[in-house]
Amino acid sequence: MSPDPRPRKQIHLAAHFPGVNNTTVWADPPTLRPTTAPAGGTSPGSALGSQIDFASFVHLARTAERGRFDFFFLAEGLRLREHKGRIHDLDVLGRPETLTVLNALAAVTERLGLAGTVSATFNEPYELARRFASLDHLSGGRAAWNIVTTSDAFTGENFRRGGYLDHADRYTRAAEFLATAHALWDSGPAGGPPRRVDHRGRHFAVRGEFGVARSPQGHPVVIQAGDSAEGREFAASAADVIFTRHSGPEAGRAFYADVKRRLPAYGRRPEDLKIMPGVTFVLGDTLAEAQERAVEIRRQQVSPQTALLTLEQVWGVDLSSYDPDGPLPDIDPDPHGELAQGRVRIADPQAVADRWRALSRAKGLSIRETVIETTGRQSFVGTPDSVAREMDHFVQSDAADGFILVPHLTPEGLDPFVERVVPLLQERGVHRTEYTGTTLRSHLGLPDPARPARKD
Amino acid sequence: MPEPHHPPRLAVALDAPGVPPRHDAAHYTALARLAEHGTLDFVTLGDRFGGPGPDALAVLARIAPDTERIGLVPTVTTTHTEPFHVSTAVATLDWVSRGRAGWTVEVSTTEAEAALVGLRKAAPPAEVWSEAGEVADVAGRLWDSWEDDAEIRDRATGRFVDRAKLHHVDFTGRAFSVRGPSIVPRPPQGRPVTVVEVTGETGGPDRGPSARREVAAARADVALVRAEDPQTAGAARADLLARARAHGRAPGGPLVLASLPVELESSGDAAGLAALLGDWFAQGVADGFHLRLADPVRDLPRLVEGTVPLLRERGLLRRSYEGTTLREHLGLPRPASIYALAREAAR
Repeated sequence: MSPDPRPRKQIHLAAHFPGVNNTTVWADPPTLRPTTAPAGGTSPGSALGSQIDFASFVHLARTAERGRFDFFFLAEGLRLREHKGRIHDLDVLGRPETLTVLNALAAVTERLGLAGTVSATFNEPYELARRFASLDHLSGGRAAWNIVTTSDAFTGENFRRGGYLDHADRYTRAAEFLATAHALWDSGPAGGPPRRVDHRGRHFAVRGEFGVARSPQGHPVVIQAGDSAEGREFAASAADVIFTRHSGPEAGRAFYADVKRRLPAYGRRPEDLKIMPGVTFVLGDTLAEAQERAVEIRRQQVSPQTALLTLEQVWGVDLSSYDPDGPLPDIDPDPHGELAQGRVRIADPQAVADRWRALSRAKGLSIRETVIETTGRQSFVGTPDSVAREMDHFVQSDAADGFILVPHLTPEGLDPFVERVVPLLQERGVHRTEYTGTTLRSHLGLPDPARPARKD
Repeated sequence: MPEPHHPPRLAVALDAPGVPPRHDAAHYTALARLAEHGTLDFVTLGDRFGGPGPDALAVLARIAPDTERIGLVPTVTTTHTEPFHVSTAVATLDWVSRGRAGWTVEVSTTEAEAALVGLRKAAPPAEVWSEAGEVADVAGRLWDSWEDDAEIRDRATGRFVDRAKLHHVDFTGRAFSVRGPSIVPRPPQGRPVTVVEVTGETGGPDRGPSARREVAAARADVALVRAEDPQTAGAARADLLARARAHGRAPGGPLVLASLPVELESSGDAAGLAALLGDWFAQGVADGFHLRLADPVRDLPRLVEGTVPLLRERGLLRRSYEGTTLREHLGLPRPASIYALAREAAR
């Protein structure tokens, strides 16, 4: 085998604060605790962390910074999910407001990037540009914005703008939103008076001056999550990072190649956009131990109640009389049934149901076992050494530029990764041992955007 | 007029009209720590929707972990923002400061600010203040929408929350509606402290003093009254308390702080300020003071080193914090959730 002539790519790492869904194991049986207890030890049950106390955010962010991660990542929720018209009560619920938490985290970290998901649907460009420029100043150049759009009227019921956004308009609105934010960020006073912005587009009209001085990064880093053709094109044109769900090597390489080839059309180089799948991990001292732990985690994530609820989301009808340890229902899904709100809708319920039933019959799986098997699995399961090797291979073979790690425990779930895997990545020469820059753009190897020359 | 029993509340503004806004966190951290060293109740930071400088709530969230006891009260504009976001941001400031958050409700009435959003035209003060009152109302309901013990983590039934203790607020006002519940669990203070400046000048010539007073009377925990003499302050306080009674509020109404412009040219001045505050307080014209320093970087050290010790000698200021939350500093009770009360009453 001839040595690869290319230099080894550096792996970019981010930490996702565990989300409000069933990836989070909130009941925390002792077997699911991290194998390596943090230095100083923890009392039994201490991993039963709060998802809302600021101390949890501090712990995870400091752990990520200790591991020399690029950034810390927060998702967003704007309405509590409902099922059968009632508030969903099985998973972690409730979270703080994104930008306020990130500003506070800027005080207890020094280099870690601070990335927040904020909807472009229920905010206005001037207001949000101001809030992100403020975070960039107050963190010394560490701000990132994961721009998302929202199309469901369910979420809209909490907002002035009200209900809906046409699906077709989602990316045109996001693109115009971002272009307007760029114009505002570029207009801020930098040793001179602010320039006037006068934007009149299809979605927004913004006239006036931006009072926040040009921020340390010029433009906060822009992250985009989305897999449709429109989403990929939008990311290629305007994003610095894509947060993807393609965590398998084959799908990852295909996605990577597809997105990177779209960049030249926008005058951008392949390295100007980092591709980072969201991944989970389970570590053990042996492969067998890690696999056993992964199975146990999946069982905790999919309780009997959660299994039935997941099935109801596909079937669209009440299935509460079914036994989660019994076979799948032989009735067909109701194509118009909609029990769950605040979740992504399943495109073709009948196809999903057929697939699940075939799998259940072939393997003799119960409802719960089928849901465990079909709804997500652990991306990296193994010993610290095997996980480090696998991740490295994933990145060197162009399936990703790095990973957004999603632990299943709050707030200590990242500890074993930083203590056991990060040193191995550093030994392999693919992860920094010290930060070399102070801004998130410098961690990601992204150029600072030039400030356009005055036109007036 | 009955004498207040609580020593005067004391707050200070971190910003000043003639001083260009700063963008660096270290500046604000240093000032807030100094105010905390002086055992003041809270600091305020002004903001204007189209104004210069960073977002005030962002700044106070940034310095929250670098301070321990001082209350943090940013100005939040309710006119061109989403009430749901306003409510969750203030609740989160309370979480990250462990119970030290307040907010000063403000409005935007200028065409220049409306043009930055482009959604609607500027509206007269009475209209935007009426809307601000609705925002304050719905913010309180959203804070209450999770009862304090809604999170149960019941392993036996697999339920993370008791959904009987989560509530849709179903608020419909004239300008907006909000379904709820909040996404943020009830903050440490139950409800962060609501402040209204009843004689504000923000947002151009103020033609809506009456509308401001109505919102303060109905919703504020603390009202700020700009006054140059004790008679004006006392009259404004009496007016506010009367309006509060008309709104059916319990005696005590909002705390009324006289908001005074302060310029400390010398440590003589600092002693004079202590005498003046003591004199006004003895006349019963205010529950405390909000000091607007001409230059906080110059004046705040003089205040803390010169005025604070004299106030302490007279028993007009604590020597150390007894409580940890802003409500405790101000002597305000932690309110129960209106939904919890209703559920109790229905039992």
